[in-house]
Amino acid sequence: MIGSELNQNFIIDVAGLTKRYGQLLAVDGVSFKVRKGEFFGFLGPNGAGKTTTVRMLTGVIKADAGNALIMGFRSGSLKAKQMTGVIPETANAYGDLSAWDNMMLMAKLYGVPSGEAKKRSSDYLQALGLLERSGSMVRTYSKGMKQRLVLAMALISDPEVLFLDEPTSGLDVQSARLMKDMLRSLNDKGKTIFLTTHNMDEASQLCDRVAIINKGKIVAIDAPERLRMAISGRNSIEVSFSDGVNLDALKQLQGVNTVKKVGDRYRLYTDNPGELVTKLSEYSCAAGVKIVSLNTLTPSLEDAFVALTEKGDEHA
Amino acid sequence: MPDASIVWQQVRRSLAIARKDIRIYYSKGPVIIFGILFPVFLFLAFTIGRDLAADFMIPGLLGMILFFTATSISPIVVPWEAQARTLERLMSCPVWFGTIIMGDILASFIFGIVISLVPIIIGLALGVTISSPVILAVAVILAALCFAALGNIFSVPPTNLPATVNMIASVVKFPVVFISGVFIPLSDLPAWGQAIAYISPLTYFTDIARYSMQGEAHLPVYVDLLVMFVFTVVFLTTALMLHRRTMPRRI
Repeated sequence: MIGSELNQNFIIDVAGLTKRYGQLLAVDGVSFKVRKGEFFGFLGPNGAGKTTTVRMLTGVIKADAGNALIMGFRSGSLKAKQMTGVIPETANAYGDLSAWDNMMLMAKLYGVPSGEAKKRSSDYLQALGLLERSGSMVRTYSKGMKQRLVLAMALISDPEVLFLDEPTSGLDVQSARLMKDMLRSLNDKGKTIFLTTHNMDEASQLCDRVAIINKGKIVAIDAPERLRMAISGRNSIEVSFSDGVNLDALKQLQGVNTVKKVGDRYRLYTDNPGELVTKLSEYSCAAGVKIVSLNTLTPSLEDAFVALTEKGDEHA
Repeated sequence: MPDASIVWQQVRRSLAIARKDIRIYYSKGPVIIFGILFPVFLFLAFTIGRDLAADFMIPGLLGMILFFTATSISPIVVPWEAQARTLERLMSCPVWFGTIIMGDILASFIFGIVISLVPIIIGLALGVTISSPVILAVAVILAALCFAALGNIFSVPPTNLPATVNMIASVVKFPVVFISGVFIPLSDLPAWGQAIAYISPLTYFTDIARYSMQGEAHLPVYVDLLVMFVFTVVFLTTALMLHRRTMPRRI
């Protein structure tokens, strides 16, 4: 059995996973491991291969090469699927069934005994604020309610691993927060969570480690904080002035690598923030404008993401 | 070879999928229109104003109703699920690929059997005698499965538009009705007409229905049953093989 060969600390073990669509190499030899109880983020720009990777891990499509093990079982096998809860990208519950009937259907497909299914359905629908309307047809639900229901459906089998593909994308603040709280709580209880997201704040807040994928290849895997700190030259100063200033003039200041306009503020990237503060002060006097606010910023996960994916693009 | 407990587990999950299909799709417009209204109107158009005996009309009506109803749900479920974005969720559940397809076929199969009781009851009310009820029951069950599997093949092209699938299905279904001895008994067809009729699975069911109600058939009953069985196996195998190839392309 494959499972006996597995280091049991790793719940997800992916080696050389590859998927090709015609001429397009969508996923190119991706390898990574996820530890038991880990909250693992999977980040990448659109078309980077995130969803294709998740679909191979959840057994929806087959890999052309490489292999993936979920708790020691080949991804796509009944045993691997049995231990997995999935929220696919843009997944829906059945609109012509009630939330309760959707839960019962999932329970039957996962072989959850009826009594246990009813108890779990009641608990999860309550926790996600859906119990009162659990008898209504899902087509009458808002997008946020539908997505919360899809999460509840993924939990009905009490899975060891949860795969979530952009679960909070396009949700209202309340629904997104409810879902994030639920995911944190599940992770605290020892569930392993594999989260695909575009939202860097979400990844920083939730994930123990993140992998960044670009053009089908993993470009970095580390803790969000370590990825952030590893980006040199991405320190920045965010400054706003009393009047408009010339962007080119800011670019000419000594020590400035790049300048970005962010709303009514300017973000100046530099290797030496201390020196740049002095230069900015001199510039404001010379230009006859006042500095309204000035903050020094360390790189965000988004900065790390942009730097890593741009680096990948340059090498491509 | 999977052990028996796994197979039984998958059968139960297939039944859960069929139950879901029954609850969601039986009341859908295309199912009512193509599964019930079309064959009834087609039959009325053929029979009204003609002096036909009930024991001639009812076997034809039964064949046509069973054919249309059993092929009305299985073609639309997969494209409908893909369009409604429920298919990927279903594919990620711990079910075999064949479990999903068999669930869809079962829903169509049950629909066909239940609706086929209507022409049988009408026939009995009109005084038609069913001389071989057991053979008729076996034939209805086998034909419903055969037609449901055929219907499932119509949805193999990976389009997510149920209307497109219904169009493909209609292109096949209507000619089949006209060549299968529904309106004209096989024995009244010319040799070339009979040769064409033999490629239609509906021909063999209509022949058994006529045997059960009129007491005579064009072919021996065991040949009708055997050919329907072979068609069923071929359609089921083809549906499973082809959907395995195209289903991942729908998501």
